[in-house]
Amino acid sequence: MRAQETVERALALSSADGCVVIAKEQSSANLRWANNSLTTNGLTRARQLTVIATIAGATGTAAGAVSQSAVREDELEALVRAAEQAAREAGPAEDAQPLVASSKSAEGWDADPAETSIDVFKQLATDLGEALTQARFENRLLFGFAEHTMISTYLGSSTGLRLRHDQPTGTVEIAAKSPDFSRSAWVGRATRDFSDVDVTILNAELTQRLAWAERTIELPAGRYETLLPPPAVADLMIYLYMSTTAREAHDGHTVFSQPGGGTRVGEALTPLPVTLRSDPYAPGLECPPFLIAPASSSESSVFDNGLPLGPTDWIRDGTLTALLQTRHSAQLTGLAVTPWIDNLILEAAGSPSTLTEMTTATKRGLVLTCLWYIREVDPQTLLLTGLTRDGVYLVENGEIIGAVNNFRFNESPVDLLRRVTEIGHTEHTLPREWKNFFTRAAMPPLRIPDFTMSSVSQAS
Amino acid sequence: MTHQIDPSFLKLPLHRLADVALSRARELGVTYADFRCERIRSQSLRLRDGKLQRSYNATDSGFAVRVIHKGTWGFAAGVDFTPDAAVQKAETAVAVASICRSLNTDPVELAAEPGYSNATWISAYQINPFDVPDAEKITLLAEWSNRLLTASSVNHVDAELLTVQENKFYADTAGTMTTQQRVRIDPQLTAIAVDDQSGQFETMRTLAPPTGRGWEYLTGTGWNWDAELAEIPTMVAEKMRAPSVAPGTYALVIHPSNLWLVIHESVGHATELDRALGYEAAYAGTSFATVDKLGSLNYGSPIMTVTGDRTAEHGMATIGYDDEGVAAQRWDLVKDGILVGYQLDRQMATRQGFGRSNGCAFADSARHMPIQRMPNVSLQPDSNGSSTEELIAGVERGIYIIGDKSWSIDMQRYNFQFTGQRFYAIQSGRLVGQLRDVAYQATTTDFWGSLEAIGGPETYVMGGAFTCGKAQPGQIAPVSHGCPSAVFRGVRVLNAAMEANR
Repeated sequence: MRAQETVERALALSSADGCVVIAKEQSSANLRWANNSLTTNGLTRARQLTVIATIAGATGTAAGAVSQSAVREDELEALVRAAEQAAREAGPAEDAQPLVASSKSAEGWDADPAETSIDVFKQLATDLGEALTQARFENRLLFGFAEHTMISTYLGSSTGLRLRHDQPTGTVEIAAKSPDFSRSAWVGRATRDFSDVDVTILNAELTQRLAWAERTIELPAGRYETLLPPPAVADLMIYLYMSTTAREAHDGHTVFSQPGGGTRVGEALTPLPVTLRSDPYAPGLECPPFLIAPASSSESSVFDNGLPLGPTDWIRDGTLTALLQTRHSAQLTGLAVTPWIDNLILEAAGSPSTLTEMTTATKRGLVLTCLWYIREVDPQTLLLTGLTRDGVYLVENGEIIGAVNNFRFNESPVDLLRRVTEIGHTEHTLPREWKNFFTRAAMPPLRIPDFTMSSVSQAS
Repeated sequence: MTHQIDPSFLKLPLHRLADVALSRARELGVTYADFRCERIRSQSLRLRDGKLQRSYNATDSGFAVRVIHKGTWGFAAGVDFTPDAAVQKAETAVAVASICRSLNTDPVELAAEPGYSNATWISAYQINPFDVPDAEKITLLAEWSNRLLTASSVNHVDAELLTVQENKFYADTAGTMTTQQRVRIDPQLTAIAVDDQSGQFETMRTLAPPTGRGWEYLTGTGWNWDAELAEIPTMVAEKMRAPSVAPGTYALVIHPSNLWLVIHESVGHATELDRALGYEAAYAGTSFATVDKLGSLNYGSPIMTVTGDRTAEHGMATIGYDDEGVAAQRWDLVKDGILVGYQLDRQMATRQGFGRSNGCAFADSARHMPIQRMPNVSLQPDSNGSSTEELIAGVERGIYIIGDKSWSIDMQRYNFQFTGQRFYAIQSGRLVGQLRDVAYQATTTDFWGSLEAIGGPETYVMGGAFTCGKAQPGQIAPVSHGCPSAVFRGVRVLNAAMEANR
């Protein structure tokens, strides 16, 4: 049964007051290598159907959501009834809203799901083979992973929604190490189709970074002028983005809560003209232009499924302008309905400098490669901890003079925005820590005059 | 209680698909093949201030064929339970192996393991949570939430219940065939206190660990919910008023509800052989505990003995047979303070000369290839050890830490930082009230080297997590860690508020 037909059949079977059906068709190919040799690989196919039933009662409307993979035709009715049963047992939902209605005709609704295959790696595998050979010859070890996933989503509702979206997601990352593992470097890229990935260029970058690490310098913990490269900025800003749930801010227990009640929307977070935004149509970072919510949480509601998503500024010219909302939390907070969008862009007007140029303009400071194991220490300030990883380089008089030991940091991305002194040119980047669920980011390098390195890590 | 494997799982054409897939793989010249079918049922219920926010049920079914063809792995997974699809996946797995062979310089061989024909294993639980009506679960969680909300010190309550029923069917070309079922449950309540004037807030979460039990865990077996819920409002109120910690060096008495996570991060992950060999170097990381140090590395003080097992009752990594047909075992990882063992799968066991695998292969769904994952990794109690109160009585100036919260450790498992749910100042062997803003930092071998005393078996509690992450593509695994209370000397304590310039 085709996905579209499954959606229509499930909607027809529904006896609830409202019904949303989400069909997801997924194909995925991956390659993994370590110690200059391939380790695991795979080509997988998955199919998931989610049925959300809403049932109106005297005291409000309830919702129940049930998902199942690979639903057969003869299992469809049982799934629809299970969602209805879950809704009946749930009781009224606080976030209940009328289901989203649509008059627009469904674009591409009838087309087959998009699909990937192992062939997406044809060029990559050839170039990688050469890079592995070269690495063996030049006494380096390469480790890495490439993955390409295609998800086609079909969303239909009893209120007439018929929405479809194809989402390609590709990532490649490579770590290079000296044979004794004492020197380490990393590069990563996000891509939609691998046509823009050149392993030869990535390999050259790794070789350069390992060369920088031939001289090592021990530095103690402390506050350092630090250049955060785009992958590190991405991981910090994604955490900030994930922490902007309006409902929780309104309830008084996040960094964006206003003492005395309300939220900090409208407050200047930084004197610099920084904008943090999401846009489903951002070139190269395209993501679903409508809301897909198989289950409710504080920041998303099953009732909001199909809600159109548009460009949203979370911070505009340094001022906090929006929080993650459901329609229910938007009413509660008196703010605009601004749900989660699956990409994130940080930029500042008139910031042309690349990381290389910012390095050249540095008298003494650190340049990081990326951050790792980022966790929240104190939600009150959004203090995060984590490690530097795969290359911390010392700059003196505009030149990289060697690699420094790794550090544990304790820093808040909110406080970093307050203290940042230079914002560079925004570019597409791969967030290393959160790439399992968030790959679409464009970030600038940042200059932080006093980044807190809390202790030394012996890891290399 | 005797259970049967869920009949709806057995209704799938398991034997038929395994038979055609393995036959086709043999025809195509593989030296080894396995067929694995998994069905994972999960439920997430979430309440906010006593009102249901989420009711979400998911069932994930699929099957996979894994082959060794001319020394290279090939893997393919699918969701259509037809013989044609099973044959096709066997062919795809062989095709993937062929494409990848030129990149592989390390021919795959597997450690020997006896065959187990038609073995069945079911975990130890009384009531399958999926047999309990949602309304009953939601009513109980709402009642518990409301108990907390009636306290003046509590402004908000989050309640969450996660449950999983996992079914696995496995068959390989060596003749092993296993059918297994296990159940796990994770209930959590968090009280949130907010001071409207200052904006200060604190949270306090229940300490009840996730466990390999059924619904009985919420109705009196294995945890005293009434007692725990009764004390939370007072404790969160005390935490709101508590002084901020003075940073410095302290003796720490660490309760199992906090220590399990330190064991997980600093011993569990560090003794994964795939990490030590570099297979995770680009992602999860490597390990300082490299194979050249086996039998000689001073991991900790001589009272430290840590075991790996897939056999502990209610352990979440407990199973009958792993995902490559190896029977569950128990072994030492650290003995009397020395590194003596690793976690293995069949390929690494042979490659590194360990002989038999100790059964740590696991895949989190049919979609993913099995990799070496953590067994239950547990710190053994001192059979003549003290109670927690006696351990505290032996400390002049220190901090008693209860419950896990924030955690982070570097990619080689040296430098870590943890926080917790509650911190009590210890003065002259007595608790003198809570502290706020405590975070502790150490290097793994320094920390375990400072282990001075271990509590007795009566202090032993098994903690754990549903969602330990590893590998690319990312996989999650459930795991438990048992440990007693323990005393560590001279640990660096930070003040999180000062770290944040607050």
